Amino acid sequence: MTPLEILTQLLEVIAALAVAPLFLGWINKCRAWLQNRRAPSIWLPYRAIRKLFHKDAVIAESASPFFRLAPYVVFGAMVVAAAIIPSMGTGLPLSTAADAIALVGLLATARVFMSLAAMDVGTAFGSLGARREMMVGFLAEPALLMVIFVASLISVTTALPTIAEHLATQALGLYPSLAFTAIAFTMVLLAENARIPVDNPATHLELTMIHEAMLLEYSARHLALMEWAAALKLFNYACIGFALFAPWGLSTEVSGPAALAASIPILAAKLALAGLALAIVETLSAKLRVFRVPEFLAAAFMFAVLGLLVHLLLGA
Amino acid sequence: MPPPLSPLGACLAILGLWGLIGFLGLLRPRSVVLAGRTLFPVGALCGVALAVVAALNLGEAPESAVLVIGLPDLPMHVRLDALSAFFLVLLGVTSAGISLFAAGYFRRGAGTPPGLLCLQYHLFLASMGFLLLADDAYSFMVAWETMALASYFLVTAQHGIAEIRRAGFLYLLIAHLGAIALLLAFGVMQGGSWQFTFDAMRGAGLEPQRAALAFLLVLFGFGAKAGLVPMHVWLPEAHPAAPSPVSALMSGVMLKTAVYGTLRVTFDLLGQVQWWWGLVALALGLFSAFYGVVFAAVQTDMKRLLAYSSIENIGVIFTGLGLAIVFHGAGMSSLEALALVALLYHCLNHAFIKSLLFLGTGAVLHSTGERNLGRLGGLIHRMPWVAWLTLIGVLSMAGLPPLNGFVSEWLLLQAFLFAHEVPRAFVDMLLPMGAALVALAAALAAYVMVKFFGVIFLGQPREASLAQAHDAGVLERIGLSWLAAGCLALGLLPAQVIQALRLVGAQLSGATLPAASAPWWLLVPLPDRQASYSALILFLAILLVVVLAVLAVRLFYHGRVRHAAAWDCGFAQLDARMQDSAEGFGQPIRHIFQPFFAIERELPSPADARPRYRVAVGDRLWRILYEPLGSLVQRIADAFAWLQQGRIATYLLYSFVTLVVLLALVL
Repeated sequence: MTPLEILTQLLEVIAALAVAPLFLGWINKCRAWLQNRRAPSIWLPYRAIRKLFHKDAVIAESASPFFRLAPYVVFGAMVVAAAIIPSMGTGLPLSTAADAIALVGLLATARVFMSLAAMDVGTAFGSLGARREMMVGFLAEPALLMVIFVASLISVTTALPTIAEHLATQALGLYPSLAFTAIAFTMVLLAENARIPVDNPATHLELTMIHEAMLLEYSARHLALMEWAAALKLFNYACIGFALFAPWGLSTEVSGPAALAASIPILAAKLALAGLALAIVETLSAKLRVFRVPEFLAAAFMFAVLGLLVHLLLGA
Repeated sequence: MPPPLSPLGACLAILGLWGLIGFLGLLRPRSVVLAGRTLFPVGALCGVALAVVAALNLGEAPESAVLVIGLPDLPMHVRLDALSAFFLVLLGVTSAGISLFAAGYFRRGAGTPPGLLCLQYHLFLASMGFLLLADDAYSFMVAWETMALASYFLVTAQHGIAEIRRAGFLYLLIAHLGAIALLLAFGVMQGGSWQFTFDAMRGAGLEPQRAALAFLLVLFGFGAKAGLVPMHVWLPEAHPAAPSPVSALMSGVMLKTAVYGTLRVTFDLLGQVQWWWGLVALALGLFSAFYGVVFAAVQTDMKRLLAYSSIENIGVIFTGLGLAIVFHGAGMSSLEALALVALLYHCLNHAFIKSLLFLGTGAVLHSTGERNLGRLGGLIHRMPWVAWLTLIGVLSMAGLPPLNGFVSEWLLLQAFLFAHEVPRAFVDMLLPMGAALVALAAALAAYVMVKFFGVIFLGQPREASLAQAHDAGVLERIGLSWLAAGCLALGLLPAQVIQALRLVGAQLSGATLPAASAPWWLLVPLPDRQASYSALILFLAILLVVVLAVLAVRLFYHGRVRHAAAWDCGFAQLDARMQDSAEGFGQPIRHIFQPFFAIERELPSPADARPRYRVAVGDRLWRILYEPLGSLVQRIADAFAWLQQGRIATYLLYSFVTLVVLLALVL
């Protein structure tokens, strides 16, 4: 553990915490532009979190201690996930503790805690949201795992920094398998982060909502933590995508502090592009009926399995 | 005879003690104080002692002995090696927690009196222990049958209820079909020497076809006990019927004896393992895993749900076994060791988790009298101990880091990751696809567990009577805590556990994991693959963030909290029936995997004055497989019915003719 590694680690966590709401604001801004609306301020997510932190928490009488514990665990899991994804550098001390499979497990931990918390108060919406979230999860999680599996097969390891390094140093040989998995990953990202076409982050329409239904009973600091965790989740998914499909510009253990400094604007540029792309996808697609969501996710799973098959057939 | 203090002798002595404890229960069969409060805790201590003795002997050379009891020309052989020792540890540690819980659980009431239950329970334990030590087919089958019978009587403890008697009969029937297959398998394995000691079988040198036949018979025989699909039908019937500690013991420990048997025969007794056997085991395992978890998701009875979840886990274990066999056949020693370690780890995990969950349902059942998920809810308020301890089991079963269920899943996926290196065309491509199914089953397991915990313990109570629910007693809490602590320890210290499991694989098939040079807190199964996992660091990191977040909130925030009625989008007439029911929570699964289920629906028409909605989800295999099989047996029996004339002279004639024919054959 060199000082540079510790610096990279700290920088990544702080950047994730600080930038995640901004990324969300940027996506909202792009969406508004594309839809000919007046764009909200890019800082709006920060203000929302700050406002929530100042309010009195109102907790349902039927809530158990689990309800108050869950936001902290979800937030903690997301922060730790941010610490093990190589977003700027690959020399991450924490990433020896958890490889890509453990990362998927960590995201699942957050999901399970969130779903259980949603069932805790015992409202119709809460359990509805929990059920739908688990429905999305049980198809999205194996799809994500298969995406990671293909990348692991290509680079013969499940350690995420090593995968990113390996893929970055390949002489831009095109992997057909990665093309399939990239499609699968994009679909999983949309589903897991409650974006259109699976869920709509902008509405509270009971027939369609998933993520918001689980948060209905939360208020004040707990809601703030949950919202922040959701922003972190989106940021984390974007960074997993960069590590697998656009791993250029990461600083490595040998490349020194200059490369680490250079990786900051590169990450910013990637995020800006990804946010724009996400806004375009969301603007161009329509919200699916909840019954159709399993088909969407099954397609994602099949794309990932297809990627695996292509890799095994072609060895690339 | 070995000297009395050898590890093998000590194990046998503890098993004998268990038998003695059982018979002591008969002194005053109706006394709860004697059986429950005294004998069961002593039995738990024996379990711990057995685990300690076996654990200390894990790395030692095998030790065998010949007992003076047995048939005249076939004394009983016993042997303690690493594989037996590992499963003895599993038996001892798990049964200790279950016995402590059972001490508080069994009360006077309808059904078998406590003293008799104490005998059946401890004979069950002792027979499982003896099974693990048996070193000849005769002792093995004696122990196997004692185990089946003892558990049958335990399952039918409430024998006044017809449904329970039927469940018990189904269990006994399938157990005996399995036993017949095992008898035949041992017959094949003696290879013409007519020596039924395991030593003779090791040296039998069967030709490939015979070995394959033996393997398939064994897979059927042990698969019936373990609950592999399609021999799984007894599990969802027997578990709800049995008292909860018995369910815990059967699911947590007894199913593992079948895994032990398969490992023993395949890797130890049969010698030349052929790689395609692995494909058979793998296919059965994957199918069972998937089938079990899909059915678990739609159950409304909490113990049936857990029974189906056991089928899933057995499927995962056999998937690991299949991988190990394939790797063994391909001569990939370190990957074989990895798959073996993964499957043994999963056995241990499942023993702890499933016992914990079954005991949790037992506590709920005791306090509410309700097994139906639709009549539970909100018990975390009334039964905090049971709820929080069960939560540990639930999170483990869902395969979430940093708990133990994740570790074995991780190891298995690591093994799958290198399955494409198997030097067989086509198979190298099919195998990694198995990982997709394992991942799907694991994710569905999380769904099932959220349903299980959410519907029972969270939300609002669905019945008014639940307000009188009380938490578990002291002994029950200790039992639950013991198992929950086991889950935590297995989850947080995987590297230490694997150090022990390596020895088992090494002695069983000569396959060893390369020695790891990693620090004690880091799990690095294959050093050249650069994959590592540390549950402890992960746990501490999450804990650190949580603590920092709590402190930051305390520091910068006024911390005011108001309690009010639930918001629910401003809807004021909220009541408990508006929550998702168990059927509702399983609805997406029912919808997506419709072809798997035999669904009976009763829908109300718009004109109904008293609309009723009913849906029942059944197992298609009953109609496809069991009912035709049953009617076939019935027809054959009918055809032979004319033999049964009911006159003693006719039967004597049959005996005479049989004797003559046999004599003619022999002479």
